[in-house]
Amino acid sequence: MKNTIPNRKVICDVLMEHAKEDKDIMVLCSDSRGSASLTPFFESFPEQAVEVGIAEQDLVGIAAGLAKAGMKPYAASPASFITTRSYEQCKVDCAYSDTNVKLIGISGGVSYGALGMSHHSAQDIAAMSAIPNMRVYLPSDRHQTRHLMEALLKDEKCAYIRTGRNPVEDVYTEENCPFEMNHATVLTEGTDAAIIACGEMVRPALDAAALLEEKGIHATVLDMYCVKPLDEAAVIKAAQNAKAVITVEEHSPFGGLGSMVAQVVSANCPKKVVNIALPDAPVVTGTSGEVFEYYGMTGEGIAKKVLEAIG
Amino acid sequence: MSENLKALAWKLRMDTIDIIMAGGGGHIGGDMSVMEILTDLYFRQLKVAPENPEDPDRDYFILSKGHSMEAYYAVLCERGFLDLEDVKARFSKFDSPYIGHPHNTLPGIEMNSGSLGHGLPVAVGLALAAKRRGKPNRVYVVTGDGELAEGSNWEGFMSGAMFGLDNLCCIIDRNRLQISGSTEDVMALDDLKAKIAAFGWNVISLQDGNDLDELDAAFEQAKTVKDRPTCIIANTVKGKGSPVMENKAGWHHKVPSAEQYQEIMKDLEERKAALA
Repeated sequence: MKNTIPNRKVICDVLMEHAKEDKDIMVLCSDSRGSASLTPFFESFPEQAVEVGIAEQDLVGIAAGLAKAGMKPYAASPASFITTRSYEQCKVDCAYSDTNVKLIGISGGVSYGALGMSHHSAQDIAAMSAIPNMRVYLPSDRHQTRHLMEALLKDEKCAYIRTGRNPVEDVYTEENCPFEMNHATVLTEGTDAAIIACGEMVRPALDAAALLEEKGIHATVLDMYCVKPLDEAAVIKAAQNAKAVITVEEHSPFGGLGSMVAQVVSANCPKKVVNIALPDAPVVTGTSGEVFEYYGMTGEGIAKKVLEAIG
Repeated sequence: MSENLKALAWKLRMDTIDIIMAGGGGHIGGDMSVMEILTDLYFRQLKVAPENPEDPDRDYFILSKGHSMEAYYAVLCERGFLDLEDVKARFSKFDSPYIGHPHNTLPGIEMNSGSLGHGLPVAVGLALAAKRRGKPNRVYVVTGDGELAEGSNWEGFMSGAMFGLDNLCCIIDRNRLQISGSTEDVMALDDLKAKIAAFGWNVISLQDGNDLDELDAAFEQAKTVKDRPTCIIANTVKGKGSPVMENKAGWHHKVPSAEQYQEIMKDLEERKAALA
């Protein structure tokens, strides 16, 4: 059965479950509570909700102030705006000042489809990863999102979490969702190719592995939800055993997962690394599904690239 | 008390000049203009204690105009958070914790700044936390005036009023000069009082923002205002303390020559002695 629950709704569910007991949990939005699926939180916990209006710099600055006072703020705003409009607040007020602010980038990547480049976040992984003391997470499905949120609620450091707008097909099940904080999840193991994906690209990466398996090609698939800190040991292990490494991300080809994996592979176990990503250009107009199809960011498209890479 | 505190402000200016000379750099003009603001806050207003800098009931201070760090070092040393000789020995030196902007690994410093337009939104968050928890903390943030061209400040003015934060006080060091010249020539701010009042704040404009009694009266008045934050526009003199540097934009960031140093210190010593 097709999943109809977007990851952003799971974030709201987890925060609501904990907010009952933990009055330090605060949720901040910039006229974005509907887009973030956080309206139920605002209705149930008005004393723990903060609306700042369309003002992302204020959003992140206020969140940092709340955190400095010992609260646990979760600031949710479209990924494109929270990471670039308020980039300096993320850098100075959160990471540099070492405040416990969780930055939730909703509708990440090309989620907003036909709304154009202003609303696409194809730079967020690169931008946020370049900030010392900032962590970057892209959960792949609703089950992993729950585990990630539970883990983040327990720590006191800042982090950026990117989710998409639409429901994504499950990678895991409620009962079977192995999760270890800051460690990639190995979904399949094979020595012909290593496919390393993050966020919404994990599901098509897994589909690609199934298609390749039908041709007798065995691929390792890593769910690298923790883009920073990157699970380098998992990358090296997967790359060492493979003929080629293929990375898949809903991001610019520069400075994201592919760049980071290529750095690790070239320094430790030199091998061909092929990066599947959005182009360095305004993205074609369409729904996110149409965009992925167009750029070969689907099971079939990824399988084709793997075949080319391993010759 | 007030006469002693006035003398202390002149002494702290001399410490500041010494820190700048020792480190070979510093934002001297703004250090001099902000000195009474910092002095009154740290010696009459702020509930902070060097023996317990993380007290959850403390008042919070944010230096949004972070480049006035040398003045802030002098005040933190005098208040017992830091050691003046150590600051002078290591300021701006290789691998030193004493950099040119606030750094919160040092005791007494809450938040890092340097890039302008950050302090007010953070202060709004701190004040909001106290309000939501029903706690007594007051929050003070000092901004520059040239800094107010950053739009993030006006986001903070909006949210501070919207949230009714009467525990929040923003002090503007209104010395009317920035690197390129007069604030009114670079990007005009006036009528600043009317602008901030229009955002819903209680605004107090001081005739002499370098007068400790005027400042202290404004801080006391701010505490009596309910349901909205207070902004104190402290009309100060950039480079205050010596004709060598007063009201000269070129002294925004400058290290005095040996001769200028002697002259400035003599002027400051005379002003201090006049109070004794």
